[in-house]
Amino acid sequence: MGELYFDESVILLNVEGDSKEAILAKMGKNLADKQLVKASFTDAIIAREGEFATGLPTGEVSVAIPHTDVEHVNQKTISVGILKDPIDFCVMGGDDSEITPVKVVFMLAMDEAHSQLSLLQKLMQVFQNQETLQQLVNSADKTEIKQLLEAKLDLAALKGGESK
Amino acid sequence: MKKKQVLVACGAGIATSTVVNGAIEDMEKEHGLSLDIRQIKIAEVNSYIDTADLLVTTAMTKKEYPFPVINARSFLTGIGTEDTKKQILEELQK
Repeated sequence: MGELYFDESVILLNVEGDSKEAILAKMGKNLADKQLVKASFTDAIIAREGEFATGLPTGEVSVAIPHTDVEHVNQKTISVGILKDPIDFCVMGGDDSEITPVKVVFMLAMDEAHSQLSLLQKLMQVFQNQETLQQLVNSADKTEIKQLLEAKLDLAALKGGESK
Repeated sequence: MKKKQVLVACGAGIATSTVVNGAIEDMEKEHGLSLDIRQIKIAEVNSYIDTADLLVTTAMTKKEYPFPVINARSFLTGIGTEDTKKQILEELQK
């Protein structure tokens, strides 16, 4: 299993777009330009979001966790997009009329199915903590966001060879 | 007693079902249940139509199944998790 790639270059601030597709395209292109994902990733993630929405009404700050199949991924990474203005995403497991204004997008590029339980659980804890989400939204500094998430996701332990 | 077969499904079978799977495994231990948990993509549910006892999913499903379907979004948002667990437990203890 590859190492998780996470640094300032996968953190995007003030992401602008007039639709969720525009936001996903920007974030996907950034990952593709860095060769972390294949060229097919962006289309795949937009199509998947249309079919299975990932917006999560977590409270005042809603999040979305777009992701797609492993074959579009070169190296595992989590890209974080802080949106300039909230953009409506459909709610996971809801019908198409159920939307939530998303402010933070965690784009998951996973290279293996059925893995990364502890990382994902920690990520869920981040969404479940409005204080952390507010800190992310209010930060104008990529390094600060990187350090905050590294601590919250315990990435140091992960890089140290944790297998799950 | 036959083990109850629980399907845990999301769109890709990668992210959200992994988390839900972990939550159900915890419930299994906590309540001394013996479950046959299958983590799958929602598109694969049809292969289990005759064997499954319960579907727990984060993906939208409009289809009717011969077993109950429980929405697992609360495991991700943290809002309403206890209610969802209760619902799952009720189905499993039937």
